[in-house]
Amino acid sequence: MSECLLDVSDLSMRFGGLLAVDQMALKIRPGEIVSMIGPNGAGKTTVFNCLTGFYQATGGSVQYKGQAIEKVPGYKIARLGIVRTFQNVRLFKGMTVLENLLVAQHRHLNTGLLAGLFKTPGYRRSEEKAMARSEFWLDKVGLTEFANREAGNLAYGQQRRLEIARCMVTQPELLMLDEPAAGLNPNETAELDQLISDLRRDHGVTVLLIEHDMKLVMDISDRIYVINQGRPLASGVPEDIRNNPEVIRAYLGEG
Amino acid sequence: MGDSGFYLIQQLLNGLTIGSTYALIAIGYTMVYGIIGMINFAHGEIYMIGSYIAFAVLAALAMMGIDSVSLMLVSAFVISIIITSTYGYAVERVAYRPLRNSNRLIALISAIGMSIFLQNYVRLAQGSRDIAMPGMISGGWTFGPEEGFHATVSYMQLIIFAVTFIAMTALTLFISRSKMGRACRACAEDLGMTGLLGINTHQIISITFVIGAALAAVAGVLLGMYYGVINPHIGFMAGLKAFTAAVLGGIGSIPGAVLGGLILGVTEAFTAGYFSTEYKDVVAFSLLVLILLFRPSGILGKPEVEKV
Repeated sequence: MSECLLDVSDLSMRFGGLLAVDQMALKIRPGEIVSMIGPNGAGKTTVFNCLTGFYQATGGSVQYKGQAIEKVPGYKIARLGIVRTFQNVRLFKGMTVLENLLVAQHRHLNTGLLAGLFKTPGYRRSEEKAMARSEFWLDKVGLTEFANREAGNLAYGQQRRLEIARCMVTQPELLMLDEPAAGLNPNETAELDQLISDLRRDHGVTVLLIEHDMKLVMDISDRIYVINQGRPLASGVPEDIRNNPEVIRAYLGEG
Repeated sequence: MGDSGFYLIQQLLNGLTIGSTYALIAIGYTMVYGIIGMINFAHGEIYMIGSYIAFAVLAALAMMGIDSVSLMLVSAFVISIIITSTYGYAVERVAYRPLRNSNRLIALISAIGMSIFLQNYVRLAQGSRDIAMPGMISGGWTFGPEEGFHATVSYMQLIIFAVTFIAMTALTLFISRSKMGRACRACAEDLGMTGLLGINTHQIISITFVIGAALAAVAGVLLGMYYGVINPHIGFMAGLKAFTAAVLGGIGSIPGAVLGGLILGVTEAFTAGYFSTEYKDVVAFSLLVLILLFRPSGILGKPEVEKV
């Protein structure tokens, strides 16, 4: 268990009479790329919401690096190194691209209110670091020339990439992507595939992915969890999942 | 320029004076609404408390035999801002934060309760009668023809313009340049997402309440000295007017609150000057009704978009 970065067991989420997630288990080791797949409404996003403190799970345990986090508020979970994106892009649309990256580094500019007002040398140094990191990631996702544009005016694919960059400037250990390829064309999806692989190789990030694009999932995942109607259906390496008759049935219906 | 021209200028000056204090109070409504989507109905009371603290400071200094006007002014502002901000912080901490995740209506009712509580708390402690603020600044600058109507800018009005301008500039710089201001804007756009980036949103919300209370305190000191009379009930009307100003300009927008405050102040002054003083509140609140009917998002506000 100690080798697990994230260890979820028996996770349940009940909304009134609806059991959205039932007895979900999930283990992620450092440096892995793990995908969650399943038909629409299977409860994948609900699992994400429980893991990031957006919802409070009604049962089960979530351990992150051996620490129980199922009752920790969202902003503290982010500080532990877990960040996520959303199915519908949630950028600060009225702020510039650069500001989106700077605000994400808010807590790294940890020098207090007065230091910020008077721009002390310590504050300046931390702000320079934040700028450098922002520029690095802007370059990485190809948005350098748009740094001062309002985030809401970017093209859809660019907004998706900015959202990943905004996660990365917080220096996470576990990056959770909720359908990052939704609405992207095949070219953009290929770029995303490349980007996610790079994140793991060059920056040591562990990735948990929800995705419907099977080509992307099969390409980059080390392991895959399949969820159906809130329950775990199967898990394993992509090859096994592809040939699992139960998975095929869940996706295509009884044949 | 004849008499009527100077009369017009006089009304405009009076309107801008009142309008800038409305704007100072309105910013507190608009910033809080922008971030947590709630109308803080206790905000008018915060302004009233700012006035009372300024009065207490001035009275204490007078008893100590200090008669330097600049020293009295500066200490009235500084002490009133500090104590009033503490009230603003405490109101949020006690009455709103525990209700953060509940229905919006519940927080609204809590705000109304807070407003009634604060008003009566000051009434019990200070009595409900009018209190005369010491008028420290008299005189003014008169211009106009030898005979006929003169327009006058009192020194107090000039101080109101100057202090409002300084406060607005400081706020604008804070919001646009500082890291806390950046976090405030992020919270206003998407509170949940800001939290998921590791920012303590409770802290940002507290800062918003503190800023709003500080600006209300500034307005409290200024208006207290301008009118010369305070009582525990001034917060109600001032709060309603500032709320109208915030809605008029587009609630959630800071430049909107300033614009709304100035428009409302000038409208009132013109009604009082050309029509009748008794009608100025009627006109002010008719304006609120018309805005809500025909342009609910206000002059500078964005139309409400349902979040998916």
